[in-house]
Amino acid sequence: MFNAITGLNQKVSNFPGTTVDYKWADVKNARIIDLPGTYSIYPKSGDEQVTVSTILGQKTGFEPNKIIVVADASNLKRSLLLCLQVIDLGLPTVLALNMLDVAAQKHIQIDSKELSNLLGIPVVEINARKKQGIDILEQTVANLKIPTKVFYQINPAIVEFLEELRIVINTGNIYKDLVMAHQVSSASHERQNIARVFSKYEFETGKLQARETVERFKQIDEILIECITKTAHVTDRSNFADKIITHKVWGLLIFFALLFVMFQSIFWLARWPMEVIEQGFNSLSSYTIHHLPNMWGDLLANGVLSGVSGVLVFVPQIMILFALLTLLEDSGYMARVSFIMDKLMRSFGLNGKSVVPLIGGMACAVPSIMATRNIENVRDRLITIMVIPLMSCSARLPVYVLLIGLIVPDTTQVWGVLSMQGLVMLGMYLVGFVAALLVAWVFKIILKQNNKNYFILEMPAYKWPTINNVSLVVWGRVKVFVKEAGLIILCVSVILWFLGSYGPGDKLQQVEKKYSQSIYKDSTSAQAQMQAEKLEASYAGHFGKWIEPAISPLGFDWKIGIALLSSFAAREVFVGTMSAIYSIGDGEGHQSLKQKMQAEVDTITGKPRYSMPTVWSLMFFYAFALQCTSTVAVVYRETKSWKWPLLQIIILTGMAYLASLAIYQGFS
Amino acid sequence: MYLSELKKGETAIIEAIEADDLLAKLFEMGCVPGEKVKMVLIAPFGDPVAIQVAGYTLAMRLQEAAKVRIRKDSFSSQNIKF
Repeated sequence: MFNAITGLNQKVSNFPGTTVDYKWADVKNARIIDLPGTYSIYPKSGDEQVTVSTILGQKTGFEPNKIIVVADASNLKRSLLLCLQVIDLGLPTVLALNMLDVAAQKHIQIDSKELSNLLGIPVVEINARKKQGIDILEQTVANLKIPTKVFYQINPAIVEFLEELRIVINTGNIYKDLVMAHQVSSASHERQNIARVFSKYEFETGKLQARETVERFKQIDEILIECITKTAHVTDRSNFADKIITHKVWGLLIFFALLFVMFQSIFWLARWPMEVIEQGFNSLSSYTIHHLPNMWGDLLANGVLSGVSGVLVFVPQIMILFALLTLLEDSGYMARVSFIMDKLMRSFGLNGKSVVPLIGGMACAVPSIMATRNIENVRDRLITIMVIPLMSCSARLPVYVLLIGLIVPDTTQVWGVLSMQGLVMLGMYLVGFVAALLVAWVFKIILKQNNKNYFILEMPAYKWPTINNVSLVVWGRVKVFVKEAGLIILCVSVILWFLGSYGPGDKLQQVEKKYSQSIYKDSTSAQAQMQAEKLEASYAGHFGKWIEPAISPLGFDWKIGIALLSSFAAREVFVGTMSAIYSIGDGEGHQSLKQKMQAEVDTITGKPRYSMPTVWSLMFFYAFALQCTSTVAVVYRETKSWKWPLLQIIILTGMAYLASLAIYQGFS
Repeated sequence: MYLSELKKGETAIIEAIEADDLLAKLFEMGCVPGEKVKMVLIAPFGDPVAIQVAGYTLAMRLQEAAKVRIRKDSFSSQNIKF
C-alpha cells in the first residue's frame, strides 16, 4: 500500500517481521512513514518497538498527525485490536481494509459503512496489490479528524496511578499516558520516586496488558457481530497445502529438495548468460588493447575492464538466487520452514525464527541481520546474528564459482544429469550451514538464557507471488551489487593495476633489461617469465611477499595474499583482484581468468599453482572468514556495541585460518 | 486439559492461560478465553504445533501450548464463532 501511495518500489513480503525498520517518503507536502506490522501497541519484539516508538513520537521526535491502520479483512478481529488502541490514543485515524478478495474467498462479507459507524472513524476499502481505492484513501486522509469515540475504560485505580505519575508522564491523553507507563515499567526504573509509585499501585505490566486485550476483544466481538457475515463453512486451500508441507516425511523432503534444486539451477540457468558476458568482455578488452596501444589502453583493458567483467559475470547467478528466495518468501513458505525447523534449531541455541534470516544469509548477511529483529528472545537473536555471516552469501558465489571451476571440469556429471560443480557448490553451502550450527551450539553453552523464551508465530495464508514484486527485489539487489560491489572492485582494480605495474626503485627496469638480452629474444616462454618477474618486482609484489610467511602454511602464495587482503573490504573483490593481478602485463588479454589461473605453475615444485589442497584451503577460508565491512557495520548497529562485531571478526576469521591450515597440511 | 494434549483435528475452547509472561502475547494473537481452537498441524519433530484460532493459523511450541487450559468442544466443527 505504501508503494501504491508513494509510487515507490519497496519490497513486499509474506513473512511476519520482514519489514523491520521504518521507511518514509514525501508525497504532496506530506511525509508518509511505512512501519513494521505489530499486533498491538505493546511491542513484543524489536521490529514492533520501532512501530510503537514512531506512533508515540519518540523515534522521529514528532507525533504523527494522521494514522492509516491497514487491516487484513480476512482476519479482521486481530487487526482491530491495534486499531482500537490507536483510536484511543486520540490521533486522527483511518482504517484501510485490505485483502477483501481473500476474505471473499473465505466467504466473509464486511459492511464497511457499519464498521465505520461503530468505530467512529472512516473505513476505506482498498486493494494494495491491484492499487485500487488508493485515491479515495488519500482524500479521506486529507480530511481526517480526531476520532469521536473512546473504547477502553481505564480502571479507576490505574487512573489514580497515572495522576500520581503526572510529573513524569503527561501527554494530554490518558491512554497514551498508560502506554508510556507500560514502556517505563519495562525499562529499568531510573528514578527512585517513580519506582515507588509503580510498586505502590502494584503496576504489573503483563497482567494489565492481558486484561486490556481481553476487554478489547469483547468489544471487537460486539462490533464484528454487527458488520460481518460469514456465509459458508471455511475450506481453506492453505490448510491442505500445510498438511503436505509440514508433513513428517514430505515436509522435510520438500525443504531439502527445494534447496537442492535452487543450487542446481543457479549453475544451469546462469551458464549461458555468463559465457556471453565473459566472451563479450574478452573481445572488448582485446579490441581496446589493439586500438589504444599505450599506458591508457593497458589501464582500461587490464585494470578497468577486467575488474568490471569480474563483477558483471556473476549478475545472472545473483539474479537467480534472489528470484528463488523471493518466490519462497512471498508464497508464505518461509513461515512453514520456521515451523518445521524450530525443534532442530532449538537444540543449537537458535529458534525457528532464526531459519529465515539464516536462509536469507545465503543472499546477503546485511538485510538478514536486520531481519532478526522479529526474534523476541534476546539470546536467540544474538546467536543468530553471530552465525549469519557463516551462511554462504551471494558475494561468496563468484569466489566459489571461480575456484570450483579450477578443480572440477564443466563436463563432469553425476548420474548423467546432475552437474558435479553444482554438487560441490551445494557442499560448500552445507559447510557454511553446519559451521553456523556448531558455532551457535558453542554460544548456547556459553550464553545464559535469562529471558522469556517462546515461539509464537502467525502462519500467513499462501499467496501467489507477483512477478512485479519478484522482479522488484531482483532488480534492486542487482543494482546494489553492481553499484556498491562494482565501485569497490573498480577502485581496487585500478589501484592494483597501478601497484602491479610500477615498483620501487629501478627493479622493474632491471627485469626488462635482463630479458632484452639477445638470448631471450623471440622466446614466448621467456616473455611470460618476464611478466611474472616484473609483477614480483612491483609494489604489489613486494607487499604480497611481505605477508607471504603468514599465509604460506595455508598453501597461498603472495598473489593470493593480495587478493585475500583486498577481500576484507568485500569478498567478491577476490575475483576482481585476481583478474587484475593476472591481467597486468598480459599483452593480448584474450584468455579468461580461469584459463590463466589454471596455467599458473608453482615455481618451486613445477606443479600447477592451484592444486587441490590450495583451492580447497582457499574455499574454506572464504567460507568462514568475516570479510565484509557492511556486515561489521550492521552488527554494530543492531547490537549497539563493538563487543559483538569484534568478537565475530576474531572468531570467524580465526576459524577460517585454522580450517585452511588443517586442510592444506592434511592434504599435502 | 491443556492445548498440548489436543490431538490433530480436535477442537476445544480456551478457558485460561496459566502463564503470566505469555498472557499478553497470546491474548493479542487472539487466544482469549472463550475462543474456539482447532489443532491443525504438528511439526515433523513433534513440536511445535499449529492451531486454528480466530480465523487464522498460529504456531506455538508445546511448552506454550501446555500453559493454555482448554475444555473439549461439545459443538460440531461447523459452528463458527467470532
